Amino acid sequence: MIRRITGWFNRHPRATLGALLAGPLGWISVVYLGSLLILLMHAFWSKDSFTGKVEPFNWTLDAFVQIFSNPVYFTIAARTIGIALLVTISAAAIALPVAYYMARIASPRKRALLLVAVTMPLWASYLVKIYAWRTILQTNGLLGWAISPFGLEGPGLTEIANSWLVLTYLWLPYMILPVYAGLERIPNSLLEASADLGGRGWITFRRVIFPQLIPALAAGSIFTFSLSIGDYIVPDLVSDAKFIGNVIYDNSALGSFPVAAAFSFVPIVVMIGYLLFARRLGAFESL
Amino acid sequence: MGATSHGVPAIRLEGITKQFGGASDAAAVAGIDLEVRDGEFFSLLGPSGSGKTTTLRMIAGFERPTSGRIFLHGEDVTDLPPFDRDVNTVFQDYALFPHMSVAENVAYGLEVRHVPSSERAVRVKDALRMVRLEGYDSRRPAQLSGGQRQRVALARALVNRPRVLLLDEPLGALDLKLREEMQIELKAIQSEVGITFIYVTHDQQEALTMSDRLAVFNRGRIEQIGAPAEVYEHPLTAFVAGFVGSSNLIAAEAAQALLGKAGRFAIRPEKIRLGEPTDKVGADEHSALGKIKTVVYLGAETRFIIALDMGGDLMVTQQNLKESSMEALSAQGRAVRLTWKRGHVLTLADDPQVAPA
Repeated sequence: MIRRITGWFNRHPRATLGALLAGPLGWISVVYLGSLLILLMHAFWSKDSFTGKVEPFNWTLDAFVQIFSNPVYFTIAARTIGIALLVTISAAAIALPVAYYMARIASPRKRALLLVAVTMPLWASYLVKIYAWRTILQTNGLLGWAISPFGLEGPGLTEIANSWLVLTYLWLPYMILPVYAGLERIPNSLLEASADLGGRGWITFRRVIFPQLIPALAAGSIFTFSLSIGDYIVPDLVSDAKFIGNVIYDNSALGSFPVAAAFSFVPIVVMIGYLLFARRLGAFESL
Repeated sequence: MGATSHGVPAIRLEGITKQFGGASDAAAVAGIDLEVRDGEFFSLLGPSGSGKTTTLRMIAGFERPTSGRIFLHGEDVTDLPPFDRDVNTVFQDYALFPHMSVAENVAYGLEVRHVPSSERAVRVKDALRMVRLEGYDSRRPAQLSGGQRQRVALARALVNRPRVLLLDEPLGALDLKLREEMQIELKAIQSEVGITFIYVTHDQQEALTMSDRLAVFNRGRIEQIGAPAEVYEHPLTAFVAGFVGSSNLIAAEAAQALLGKAGRFAIRPEKIRLGEPTDKVGADEHSALGKIKTVVYLGAETRFIIALDMGGDLMVTQQNLKESSMEALSAQGRAVRLTWKRGHVLTLADDPQVAPA
């Protein structure tokens, strides 16, 4: 019986493929894209101004009008994108030397240790790490205690820069790993060739190593940028600034789902644009 | 040895050793003295792991010798990094920059040394013409064949007009036909530009055809230095006799019985004549009787393994002047007489030693 079934599948490769993909494709199209579609449809539904109830399939652009007419939404979107870009840049700036040391200088033993050290924070809960940062950053926290001899005090939990710092910390491994993999792929002979032709360390980095790392950096930046742009817990817990996610959360908590849904178009559109840009840099060949 | 009327040697190695890993590991290079004359095509020949590539890499500056000094045109460069040495390297894997075009690859060395862009353009063009790659300027390395990449690597090194060019098995990845073409071309380019070539290869045929002189490496040491004909005709050690061309090694009792003297000797298979058992033996000849054990037909020549009546085997090669392959192959089992001139018996040193040039 089993032989007959396997034989039939062997003669019908398309059916084999279909059987393999039916489950995941069904999941993606129904559960994932379906719920996303319903979410986005909310943005075009009207809300009864008296009862505050959402009226499905009663199409309107009210929610978008509300967003575009209030500059606060623009400020928040710009702040979120700006911080996400800063997080990406600082993560890349830290990841480059760390990954370079791991891939090119460290002994195999040290390299293994560093790989564990880089990935270990991913085992800890996201919330635990944020609360750890709260104890570091609060006015009389660890940082404040360490710098108090110099007459300084801790930054407290209001600064927007805190969000930048903590988000960079959280997503750094996602930048280090692709950059490390990218560096490992550059043959040693290319660096020797550059030195042989007269290129000192800095020139070799700028002219030979960095251009070949752009796909890896773009791949890492997809993680740091998209994870930052969608985050709303970090800005809430370590600073008093609002991100796009906070506004969506607040609006849904108040029951104004159309505005929340309309505002969620912003990160989606930004991410689509960013992914197209990253694809042009070759990020998807290096994931 | 060495420095002739040409003056200062292009390269002088003094007591070079290189030890990778701990002191208990065998040395990759175990004490080398070498002088390469200016303008010479000099080959470092040896099997893999013999230390020839490590020696080249120390001349380039990629490895630091554990002890010993390296001189380029009389200047001690032992402690200089690669970018401060007036040598350029053609790498075994070509090491072309994949994100740059052919022209950008070739221009790289001039650019980082701040050669003005007008002069740069002319020199890049000249270099590409020399390796017959005009019109390929804007191609990427990935769009080139192996032979073309090899030429780009050569142009990229030559464009800097180094006084010494180092080539690390540059033809190793090419197929036989292309390799033979490139051998001739490399030789032509070398005589055109007139700079010193140091050429690493494990292919004895390549080393014999191309070099002015060569050094035979074995286990981190040089066993012999000399012109190709000299090394082939007068190998000093058993290793050289076996590695450069093929040889019948004769020692101990066999030497006593065959040649009537003690020691270590070698006879080239092509110097042995295969004849009828009744053939006369000249006064200046040695001789032995045997039976043909194996026949290997090689096209232009045939290789015979002869089982000697006194015990042991000898290899003989004969040009296929008259015999057809059928005739040659049917010779198996036949009784034969082997004869060779006394003068063709090569006397070898008892143990491998560092030979004078």
